[in-house]
Amino acid sequence: MSVLYIALPVAVALAAGFLAGFIWAVRRGQYDDVETPAHRMLDDD
Amino acid sequence: MPLAPAFDGNDGGVLGVLRASMPASCTHCGLPVPAGLVAPDREAQFCCHGCETAYEVIHRCGLDRYYALKERNAGAARTSGRSYAEFDDETFRAMYVRRDAAGTCHAELFLSGMHCAACVWLIERLPRLLKGVSEARVDLGRSLVTLSWDDGAVRLSEIARVLDSIGYPPTPARDAKARAQRRAEDRRQLVRLAVAGACAGNVMLFAVSLYAGAFGSMEPAFAQLFRWASLVLTLVSLAWPGRVFFASAWYAVRTRSVHFDVPIALALAAGAMWSIWSTVMGTLHPEAAGGAVYFDTVSVLVFALLIGRFLQSRQQRFAADSVELLFSLTPSVARRLKVGGWGELEEVPAQALASGDIIEVRPGECLPADGEVMTGHSAVDQAVLTGESSPVDVGPGGRVAAGTVNVTSVLRVRVAATGEATRLGKLMRLIEEGARRRAPIVEFADRVAGHFTIGMLVLAGVTLSVWLWLDATHAIDHAVALLVVTCPCALGLATPLVMTVAMGRAARRHMLIKGGDAIQRLATRRVPNSGTIFLDKTGTITEGGFTLAAWIGDESAKPLVALIERQSNHPAGVALARDCGQPAAGEVFGLQHQVGGGLAGIVAGRRVVVGSPAYALSACTTPSDALLAALAQLPAQGLTPVAVAVDGQLVAVAGLGDRVRDDAAASVRRLQTLGYRVGILSGDHPEVVARVARELGIHPEDARGGQTPEMKLEAVHGAKVGGPVIMVGDGVNDAAALAAADVGVAVHGGVEASLAAADVYLGAPGLTPLVELIEASRRTMNTIRRNLWVSLFYNVSAGTLAAFGLVSPIVAALIMPLSSLTAVTISLRSRTFDSSPRAGGKS
Repeated sequence: MSVLYIALPVAVALAAGFLAGFIWAVRRGQYDDVETPAHRMLDDD
Repeated sequence: MPLAPAFDGNDGGVLGVLRASMPASCTHCGLPVPAGLVAPDREAQFCCHGCETAYEVIHRCGLDRYYALKERNAGAARTSGRSYAEFDDETFRAMYVRRDAAGTCHAELFLSGMHCAACVWLIERLPRLLKGVSEARVDLGRSLVTLSWDDGAVRLSEIARVLDSIGYPPTPARDAKARAQRRAEDRRQLVRLAVAGACAGNVMLFAVSLYAGAFGSMEPAFAQLFRWASLVLTLVSLAWPGRVFFASAWYAVRTRSVHFDVPIALALAAGAMWSIWSTVMGTLHPEAAGGAVYFDTVSVLVFALLIGRFLQSRQQRFAADSVELLFSLTPSVARRLKVGGWGELEEVPAQALASGDIIEVRPGECLPADGEVMTGHSAVDQAVLTGESSPVDVGPGGRVAAGTVNVTSVLRVRVAATGEATRLGKLMRLIEEGARRRAPIVEFADRVAGHFTIGMLVLAGVTLSVWLWLDATHAIDHAVALLVVTCPCALGLATPLVMTVAMGRAARRHMLIKGGDAIQRLATRRVPNSGTIFLDKTGTITEGGFTLAAWIGDESAKPLVALIERQSNHPAGVALARDCGQPAAGEVFGLQHQVGGGLAGIVAGRRVVVGSPAYALSACTTPSDALLAALAQLPAQGLTPVAVAVDGQLVAVAGLGDRVRDDAAASVRRLQTLGYRVGILSGDHPEVVARVARELGIHPEDARGGQTPEMKLEAVHGAKVGGPVIMVGDGVNDAAALAAADVGVAVHGGVEASLAAADVYLGAPGLTPLVELIEASRRTMNTIRRNLWVSLFYNVSAGTLAAFGLVSPIVAALIMPLSSLTAVTISLRSRTFDSSPRAGGKS
C-alpha cells in the first residue's frame, strides 16, 4: 500500500499537467469562438 | 427595417419580366434571373451586375469551392459598390485600427451577409485574394472578422472593397477595447472554472477513498495522506477560483450590504477551517483519529457555483453581442462636398462631419446628421423618429434629421448638428437615462436574498451556542453541518440555470432577452388582471410599409400599373408594382417622374398616368362620379389614395394602406385572455388607429393615435399606476416609452435605438412571438418558484435535523450535492421556451 505515497502525487501531477494544457489553450484564445471552427473543419486545403 | 431593398424572389429583379418557361437561377446567389439578363450561350447566369462581379472575383482566384460548400438558397450575398474611402481617413484609423510593434495593422469589422461554412471559408481566403493581408479570422457567432495586414502593401479601403465585391459589405466594429476586455474576462472565467473543476474532481476521488476506507480498515496513515492531499487541492481551489466569492463577500461587508456571497463565503471558510483543523490535529494526535473533513463539499461547491455564474454571464454576453452588431449597422460614412472643390465629393466618417458642411445623400441612404436641405426634392422616411409610415416630402429649406432615410432622389444637405447633438442623439440619451432608472427591482431581489442569508447565519449562531452549552465537543460539527446542508444551492445555481436555459432557448427562437429580470417582470403581476400591454401600430400590429388595400374600378388596368411602377422607387410605387400582379408584356416609353405627383408614360402603347389624385386627374378629361366619390372616401378609411388614368380616362382608384398582420387579431385576443389590457399607442392619425382597434377588438378608449414620443412616455407612466406595463414597439419614437415601461419589447425590423432601450428583442415578425414570450416567461418563473419551494422544504427539514444534531457533517456533505443535482435536473428538464429553433426566421 505504501506505493500510494508515490502514486498519489503522480496522479495529482498528471491532472495538473492536463489542467496547465487547458489553461494554455484558453489563454491562447482557442475557446473564444467555439462555433466557427466547426465550419472551418470543412476546408481541406 | 422595411427600407432595405427586397430581393426576395417575388420581385423578379429590378428589370424585365420573369420568363416562366425558362427559370434560370443566378450562379452566385441562386435567385431567379430576369429574362432580359439570361445569356443563352453561357453556363453561368447572373441576376444582377453585383453577382456577376462577385462571381468573377471568386472564380478568378480559383475559389470556386465556395459554391460547393454553400448552402443553397441561404440568401444572396450582395455588393454595395461603395468606395470605402473613409476607411483610410485619419479619424477612422484612430478609432478602429490598431498597429502593433512589427508595423502590422489590425482591425475588426462586422460583415453583413455571413451565414454558413462557405462564407467562413471564402473570407478566410482573403490573404490569397489580396497581397498584403496576412490573416483574416472569422467569428461567425458575432459576424465579426479580425484582419491583419501590412499597411505599406495594401490599404484598408482596398480590403473593404474586396470584401464588398465578394458580397460582404463591412462596417467597422465599435468598442474594440470593451470587446477585448470582455474576451479577457471570458478567458479568466473559463480558467477559474477549469481549476475549480480539476480540484473538485480530484478531491471527490480522495473522498470516495476516505468514505470507502471508513467502513473497511484503512490504516490511519493512509487516511491522513488522503486528507492532506485533499487539503492542498482545496486550498488551491479556494485561493484561486474561490477567491471571487471571498472578494465579493468582503465587498458586501465593507459596504454594509447583504449579498448572496456572504453565506457562501462563510460556509466555504467554516468548512475549510474545520477540515484543516481536523487534519492538523489528526497528524499531531494520531491516537485521536481526527474529526470529519469536508474538503470535497467545499471544492464541489466552488465548482458548482462557478458553473452557474459562467452560464449566466455567457447568456447575457450573447444577447449583448447581438445588440451590438445591430448597432454597428448604422451608417458610419457621409459623402461630403469638398471645400473649395467644384462639386467634388469625398467620403468621410460620419464622426468627422461638422456643422456647415454640405453632404450629399442618395436615395435609399440614411442621413448621417441633422440639417437643412440645400438642393433637391425628395421624400424622406421619418419612421425612425415619428413612427409615421408614409414618407414626408421635403424640398430646399426643409429640415431633415439624422437616422431618417432619403427615399426618392438625391439631396444636398447643410449639416446643422452631428452625433450627440442631433434629435436622434438626444433621444438616445433620454433612453439611456430611462434604462438607468431600473435599479429598484434589482435591489429588491438582492434584499430577498439578504433576508435568507441573515436567517441562516442567525440559525447557525444559535445552533452553535446552544450546542456549546449542551455538548461542546460536537458544537462545531453541528453548526458546520447546518451551514453546509442549507447552502443556498437552489438560489445560487438553479435559479440562474433556469434563467440561462430559458434565455438560450428563447434566443434559438429569435427572442433576445437581455437579462433574467426581464423574464421575471414579464411573468409577475402584483394583482391579477392588472397588467397593460401597449402596442405600437406601424410595424408591430401592421406590416409597416404600403400594401394595396383597395382597388376600385377597372381590373384590366392593373398589369399596366404593375409595369410602369416597376420604374419607381417610391414606397407607394414599389407596393403597387408588387401587389398589382403580373405586369403587362411590353415596354415603357417616355417615362415622366413627378416628385410628389406620380409617374406617367406610354405603357404597352397606351398613355398611363398613376399618382396622387391631383396629378392623375389633371391628365383626365371626364372623370366618372363614382370613382371620384371612391377617391374622396379613401382617406377616411386610413388609406392613401392613388388615381390611375389610361388614355385620358380615370379608370381605377387604388387605396394604399398598412395592412394589419394576419396573426394580430388572434394574438390580441390571447393577450386579453391572459389578463392584459391591450392598448395602441401610435403616431398615426387617430382615425386610422381607431379603425385598426375596431378590427382587433381593442377598446376604443385604449386606442390612442397622434402620439408624440413624449405622449407615449406619459401614457406608459400613467398606466404604471395600475400595474405593470409592457410596451411593444419598433421606432426611436417608442424608445423612451420602451425604457420607461416595466418591460420594453422591440419587434422584428425595429431600429437600433429601440433595441437599446428594450429588454427583449423579438427577431421574428408578428405578434405571435410576443404571446409565446409572455407564456414562456410565466412557465420559467413557475419553474423557479417550484425550485425555490423544493429547496425551502429541503432546507427547512435538513436544517432542522442539523440544528438538532441529527445530521453529521459527512451526511450533510452527501446530501448537499444530491440537492444541487436535483435542482439542476429540474432546471434543465423544465419546459420553459420551446426548444426547437423557429423555422423560417431571419438569422
